[in-house]
Amino acid sequence: MAEPRPVLEMTGIVKEFPGVRALSGVDFRLFPGEIHALLGENGAGKSTLIKVLTGVHSLDGGTITLDGQSVRFASPLQAQQAGISTVYQEVNLCPNLSVAENIFIGREPTRAGRIQWKQLRRKAAELVDRLGLDIDVTAPLSSYPLAVQQLVAIVRSVGTGDSVAEGSGTKVLILDEPTSSLDRDEVLELFALMRRLKEQGVAILFVSHFLDQIYEVCDRMTVLRNGTLVGEHMVSDLDQVGLVQLMIGKALDQLEELHDHQLHSGVGEPLLQADGLGRTGGIAPFDLEIKKGEVIGLAGLLGSGRTELARLLFGADQPDSGKVTIGGKQVSMSAPNDAIAAGVAFCSENRKTEGLVPDLTVRENIILALQAARGWTRPIPVSQRDELVAKYIKALDIRPANPEARVGQLSGGNQQKVLLARWLITQPKLLILDEPTRGIDIGAKAEIQKLVVSLSEDGMSVLYIAAELEEVLRLSHTIGVLRDRRLVAQIANGPEITTSRILETIASGEHQ
Amino acid sequence: MSATTQSRTAPDRRTTSKTARLLGDRRLPVLVTAALFLVMYIAGLSRYQNYGFAEPQVFMNLFIDNSYLLVAAVGATFVILSGGIDLSVGSVIGFTTMFTAWLVERQGMPILLVIPLALAVGAVGGFLMGYVIQNFEIQPFIVTLAGLFLFRGLCLVISKESISITDSSVSSMAQAQVSLGAGFLSVGAIVALVVLAAAFYVLHYTRFGRRVYAIGGNEQSAMLMGLPQGGTKIAVYTVSGFCSALAGLLFTLYIQSGDPLHATGMELDAIAAVVIGGTLLTGGSGYVLGTVFGVLVLGLIKSIIQFEGTLSSWWTKIATGVLLCAFILIQRAMTARKKT
Ligand SMILES: Nc1ncnc2c1ncn2[C@@H]1O[C@H](COP(=O)(O)OP(=O)(O)OP(=O)(O)O)[C@@H](O)[C@H]1O
Ligand SMILES: [Mg+2]
Repeated sequence: MAEPRPVLEMTGIVKEFPGVRALSGVDFRLFPGEIHALLGENGAGKSTLIKVLTGVHSLDGGTITLDGQSVRFASPLQAQQAGISTVYQEVNLCPNLSVAENIFIGREPTRAGRIQWKQLRRKAAELVDRLGLDIDVTAPLSSYPLAVQQLVAIVRSVGTGDSVAEGSGTKVLILDEPTSSLDRDEVLELFALMRRLKEQGVAILFVSHFLDQIYEVCDRMTVLRNGTLVGEHMVSDLDQVGLVQLMIGKALDQLEELHDHQLHSGVGEPLLQADGLGRTGGIAPFDLEIKKGEVIGLAGLLGSGRTELARLLFGADQPDSGKVTIGGKQVSMSAPNDAIAAGVAFCSENRKTEGLVPDLTVRENIILALQAARGWTRPIPVSQRDELVAKYIKALDIRPANPEARVGQLSGGNQQKVLLARWLITQPKLLILDEPTRGIDIGAKAEIQKLVVSLSEDGMSVLYIAAELEEVLRLSHTIGVLRDRRLVAQIANGPEITTSRILETIASGEHQ
Repeated sequence: MSATTQSRTAPDRRTTSKTARLLGDRRLPVLVTAALFLVMYIAGLSRYQNYGFAEPQVFMNLFIDNSYLLVAAVGATFVILSGGIDLSVGSVIGFTTMFTAWLVERQGMPILLVIPLALAVGAVGGFLMGYVIQNFEIQPFIVTLAGLFLFRGLCLVISKESISITDSSVSSMAQAQVSLGAGFLSVGAIVALVVLAAAFYVLHYTRFGRRVYAIGGNEQSAMLMGLPQGGTKIAVYTVSGFCSALAGLLFTLYIQSGDPLHATGMELDAIAAVVIGGTLLTGGSGYVLGTVFGVLVLGLIKSIIQFEGTLSSWWTKIATGVLLCAFILIQRAMTARKKT
């Protein structure tokens, strides 16, 4: 393809936050009809670049040209009107409105100023249907799990789907980590959609920490490191090893360490026993035994009940059948407090609404659960507290490594690490990790997985939920397979267990 | 996109039980308030049957005697749905009574000219408060509190004394009755019902109305979704200012005088009506129809206490307080459920 004029060109972009230079002189260009990956470690400045482009943040330096014209947007609305559609990193929709409204709000079909609800719902249903989602579009968005919300955000941004290029005038589509909580199927649907848009000449900016995905759909990539441009390459010119090196600035061999099954230490005596635990509408009654030091991975499709199972074990939802015994004692599980007291910790997938307090500092956020476990009348001694916080900031490589930074100002991946630190610090007997590596860069992901291995070796049990089967397989002693809100199989991991066997089990619902 | 869809085994439909769905339904609080109203009404019927409680006019009077509160509460509904609060309502009502009485009585201005003028003052006042809230990012509580003092002060600038209205066109307007089969409604009640219908339409069938819900749900998201959230916010306070001024006009008609102390604290009645009507104080969830029931319940408490005869009027306040508590607790329980 002869190089046409870029639809979007950003040059010398500078953005400073108090105390942080998030972008220093970044150049970025985007051509019509290409899928362009924006890559970099957590905190490299990807989301910030997107936000200064679309008018969420003001620009401290540099120029932006859209279609040959110099632009500077004061709000996302203006960017949208100029033809830039964006899905921001965190799901940014209104949880109180219905799915249908979230898709259409701001451009509802109207006749003489009156919203045509029937038409709106029908259109919304068609759109979600095309993405392979089977949901009730009249239900409030908050009644659906994160992954569905993420898909709804995508549906909203591409609007009328096929006719997007001609119809709504979208020239640029920006997707900041749209796949972080999606399953393989949804990812495929999304990629098909992206390719169709690309054929229509839409330029797509795609951010993801899943390098395989980059190689699957992208044509070109731009790599950032610490707020500076490292390079722009055609995807075909650079292999994964080279890319990782560009991203982190050094070769990464530690990744290989985890590659083969680390069926480390054996497991100890039973820790938790769930008998016939279930909840109508959540998950069918199941039996599960977790031993000391055991890592149980949960595999299953989106909506198969992985999170629901975990929530029951934590008392976040009340079971309506069955009982739980931890360390031989029956636990009532009527509230998370009971579970916490019994040594269970739950690191939720939804860090935005269920986890972090954005206005508190990193230190305060990390210490929260430990303090709660001790009771508010027994403060943790300052020196011990600071030492603990520093230890986990280091262990998880939270950046900036400043315990006094406000969590809301951290990059998405670093926020995830803070949430993880909060629960690690309580030294639970059973740690439930729901998508702990969501939005985390490749280096930190390896670190976290190593951490899980070492925790298990130290005798902590872990319930591990991840959309990536490889991840589950790599870490778990036992793999629980869920399907249609039912725990259909518990498979002991071993050399003969492969992702395709697990997939078969998921598909057929039984394990041979 | 249909080629790969057939393998989906996990529709994310939440097959929750019936009761769970009912408890999660946003309309539930409205239903609860409506049911409460019905129960109270039936109780009133059985207790004061011989004293004329069964007259349809008793029901109509609820609208006549609370027309101004209904209009003010409708304005407050917009603000609260958007996640804000407007404390200036009572003062704007008081100011409007003074302003109207002064223009009509002291300046001899025809009431038909005064009405648009008073409405404009209220709307501009609301607009300015909205502008300050939006552009200087100040808490609505503080800004409208300032508005409360400002308008109350302006009342006293006009006159320290109350001004009674003797103008014949005003009193004929006040006394006009629209007969409705078994009873009648006042002009004020009709206006209030029209305002209500308009608010319902705007909130549910216009883009502006939906934006009000959106910014109440999550303002940051609304901004990122490309909604003009700033303009919406300013508009919401403008609507509230307009409604307060209109409520002030209705109050003037109802009481036929202007007084610097009229409607002191009425913003709290309006907020109470909105909350009892099931609208979440945190914004984003509620219905203007709920507000009607909120106003009716408050009105009915007053009527019942009048019928009772021996109870003093502060029982109204006590009953309101108790109800408010009860409804806040219901809301709390509902939002707690929704999170899980
Ligand atoms: N509102 C803000 N205030 C202060 N600092 C901020 C703010 N937003 C981002 N930063 C800082 O800017 C830097 C870049 O963050 P950004 O969110 O762009 O990273 P990212 O590349 O998107 O990372 P991730 O992969 O984790 O999403 C980080 O150091 C972050 O702490
Ligand atoms: Mg980011």
